[in-house]
Amino acid sequence: MKRSLMSGNEAVAAGAYAAGVRVAAAYPGTPSTEILEELSKYGDIYCEWSPNEKVALEVAIGSCLGGARSLAAMKHVGLNVAADPWMTLPLIGVNAGFLLVIADDPGMHSSQNEQDSRYYARMAKVPLLEPADSQEAYEMVAEAFTLSERYDTPVMLRIETRISHSRTVVEHREERMEVDLPYERDAVKRVMIPGHARLRHPVVIERLAHLEREAESFRFNRMELKSSRVGIVTSGVCYQYAREAFPEASILKLGFIYPLPEKLIREFASHFRRLFIVEELEPYLEEGLKALGLDVVGKSRIPRDGELNPTVVGESLGEMIEMDTGVQGGGWSRPWHAPEAVFDSRLPGRPPVMCPGCPHRGLFYALGRCKAVPASDIGCYTLSVLPPLEGIDCQVCMGASVGMALGLERAFASSEVNRAKAGSVVGVLGDSTFIHGGITGLIDMVYNRTLSTIIILDNRTTAMTGFQDHPGTGRTIMGEETYALDLEKLARAIGVDSVRVVDPWDLDETEKVIREEMGAPHTSVIISRRPCVMLERTAGDYYEVEEDECNACGRCLRLGCPALVMRGESASIDCELCTGCSLCFQLCRQKAMRKVSGNG
Amino acid sequence: MADVILAGVGGQGCILSARIAAETALNMGYDVKTSEVHGMAQRGGSVVCMVRWSEEVRSPLIPCGAADFILAFELLEGLRYLEYVSREGAAIVNNYQLDPLPVLRGDEIYPEDALEDIHSIIPRMMVVQAREMAIEAGNVRAAGSVLLGVFSSFLDFPVDAWEESILRLVPGKAREVNRKAFTLGRQAGRASS
Repeated sequence: MKRSLMSGNEAVAAGAYAAGVRVAAAYPGTPSTEILEELSKYGDIYCEWSPNEKVALEVAIGSCLGGARSLAAMKHVGLNVAADPWMTLPLIGVNAGFLLVIADDPGMHSSQNEQDSRYYARMAKVPLLEPADSQEAYEMVAEAFTLSERYDTPVMLRIETRISHSRTVVEHREERMEVDLPYERDAVKRVMIPGHARLRHPVVIERLAHLEREAESFRFNRMELKSSRVGIVTSGVCYQYAREAFPEASILKLGFIYPLPEKLIREFASHFRRLFIVEELEPYLEEGLKALGLDVVGKSRIPRDGELNPTVVGESLGEMIEMDTGVQGGGWSRPWHAPEAVFDSRLPGRPPVMCPGCPHRGLFYALGRCKAVPASDIGCYTLSVLPPLEGIDCQVCMGASVGMALGLERAFASSEVNRAKAGSVVGVLGDSTFIHGGITGLIDMVYNRTLSTIIILDNRTTAMTGFQDHPGTGRTIMGEETYALDLEKLARAIGVDSVRVVDPWDLDETEKVIREEMGAPHTSVIISRRPCVMLERTAGDYYEVEEDECNACGRCLRLGCPALVMRGESASIDCELCTGCSLCFQLCRQKAMRKVSGNG
Repeated sequence: MADVILAGVGGQGCILSARIAAETALNMGYDVKTSEVHGMAQRGGSVVCMVRWSEEVRSPLIPCGAADFILAFELLEGLRYLEYVSREGAAIVNNYQLDPLPVLRGDEIYPEDALEDIHSIIPRMMVVQAREMAIEAGNVRAAGSVLLGVFSSFLDFPVDAWEESILRLVPGKAREVNRKAFTLGRQAGRASS
C-alpha cells in the first residue's frame, strides 16, 4: 500500500487502472479533464480524446460489449451531449463493466450552468455512487465495476469540483486486475428495435429492486450516531461540510444514492423527530426522503444555487438545530466576520481575461469594427464578452454558435424592425469546439442556403481546459502522431462557398476579409489561425512606449490587453507580460510603440 | 495543525505552492486536504487555494474566519480573501500590486492602502518583497517559493522536508532557483521573528 495525496480526478484514474480498465474516452471539460490525462500516463490503457462526449460514451459502450472494462468521463453538461446513448445503454446492459464518471460544478467555477447530474442516473435507472473524498473515489471505482458486471448495468460515479480538485490522502495498491471477457452475439439484448426494447425495459425495472438491496449494504454508506436530537442525511463532499459545521450531530452519510437505501434511511430516521438534508444544488435527496413520508428540512434552509461550504451549512441550519438541542448555534460556532467596509463593494473585481498575445484579441478587435452580430461558442474567446472588446452577443453551449447564427440571420432577414442587421450575423467558435459540435450546424447552413459567416478561431489546441489535443492537432492524448483534420478541406467538402484563412495578428487584413465575407452573397468560413500564445512563445520580443510620442489617446486600450496600461500622460507596456504581438503598434496613430528585440 | 489560504492571480503559481506545502505536511505525518482552482479562473483571474493539515481534516474548504495563515501573492487578492483568516492568524504578504483589467481601464479603483487595510484586520503581518527576492534567486516566477520560505519560518517542519517537496514537485531547471528562493524567504522570515 502506498499513501499519496491525490486529487479526486487522480484517484478515479488510479482506481480505474487498478480495476483493469482497458479503454477510456473523454472530451476535456473542467472539472473532469485530469481523469483521462492521468489515466493516459499509465501507458498501457487505451485512452482517447473523443471529438465530443457522445462519441466518448459510445466508444466506451463498444469496448465494454467487446469485453474490456471501460470508462467514459465528462463534465455535467457533457452528458447533455451524450444523453442519447446514455438513455438506451441501460436497456442493452454491459458485458465487461461500464463506468460513467460525471463531474458537476456547483458554483460554476468554469461552467455555463450548474445542472445536477444525479437526475440523469434516476432518469436512466442507473445505479449512482458518490464519493466524499479521494480515498472513496479510488475505492468506489472498483465497486462500480463489480456492480456493473454483477447486475449487467452501466454505473455512474458522480463527483463535484471540490472532489475533483481537492487533494486528500489515498492509500492505494500498485497491482492491476485483469478482466477480459468473451464477446458473444446477443441481438435481442443489444439491438434495440421496439420489439426487443419492450423485452428489456422490464428487465431494467426488475434490476432496480436488486440494486436497492445492494444500496442497503453498500460499505460507503455510514451511520454516525452521536447526538440523539439532530440527524443529518448527506452525501459526497457535503458530508465533510456537515461534519465540520456540526461535530456533535448524528449523520447518515450515503455513498449509494440511486436507488436510495430505504431501510437504512428509515432506521436512521427512527432516532429523530425530523431530519436535516445537506446537499448541493437540487433537492434530490430531499425529494427521495419526502417520498418515504419523512419529515425533513432541506432547501427551505440550504441554498439551492451555488456551492456549499462549512460556513454556509453552519449558518443555514444553526438556528434550527439550536431549537432542537438548546445548544447555542446548534454547535456551530459562528466565525468572526471582518468589517464589511474593507470588503465587498470596495474591492475591484478580477475577472479572467484573454492573455497578452492571445490570437483571439486581434480577431475580436477587427470583428468589433465590422459591426457584426456575433453568436459565440464556449472557449477562451468567450472572455471577449467583457469590456473593452464586448465581442459577442450570445452563447449557450458548444457548437451552438453555428445554428444560432443561422437562426439570427433568418429572423433578421424576415423582419421589419431588425432588417438592417440582416447580413451582419457571424458565428464564432474554436477549432476544438467546431469539431465537437459545429460541423453539423455548418452542413445545415450550406444545405439551407443561409448566407452567414462562420469564423473558426483555430488556435491549434483546446486551450481553456488546459491545452488538450483534438482531431485537428495531429497528436493523440497518448502522444502519438496522427492525421490532422484539415479544416479548409472539410469546409469545402461540406459545400461552403468561400473558405479563407487569416492571421489575427494582422488587424487590417483580418478586418478586410471579415468585411468582404460578411458582405458577400454566400456562406463563408473564415479560419483565424494562430497557435495559442501559451503553446508557442514568441522569440521574447516586446514593445515599449516612447512617452514623448504618446498623446494618451487611449486607442490601444481598446484591445483590453493586460500588458497595456495608462500611466499618467502616457500609455505604458509591462515588458514582462508583453509577447510582442504588435496589435497596439498597429493601432497607434502616433507611432509611439517601439519594438525591442528579445535578444538584446 | 494549520489552515492556510494562498491567494493570488492566475499564473502566479499559487497551485504549485499549495501542493508543495501540502506534500510537506503529508510527509510530516499529518492528514492533509487541499482545494484548488482550475480552468477558466486561471486566465489571469482571482485564484484561491486552501491547504489544511491536522490529525484529521474534514472539509477541504476552510470556514470563514478560521485560517491560521494567508499567503497573499498579490495585495488586492490578499485583501479579497481576508475574511477566511482568523484575527489571531498571520498574513504573509507579497508587496506587489497587479492591476486587474477593470482598474487598468479606469472603471474601478485599486485600494490605496491595501497593506494598511490588511494590517488593520490581521495584526500579525509580515510584508515580503517576494518578486525582488525571486529575481535575486534567478527568476521572478519563483516568488511563490519565497513566500513558502517565509511561511516555513512560522512552522516547525525541518527544512529538509520542504526542500524535498520543492525538488520533487518543481519541474526541471526551475528546481534550483526555487530552492534558492525558498532559502531567501526562510532567512527573511527568521530574521524578522
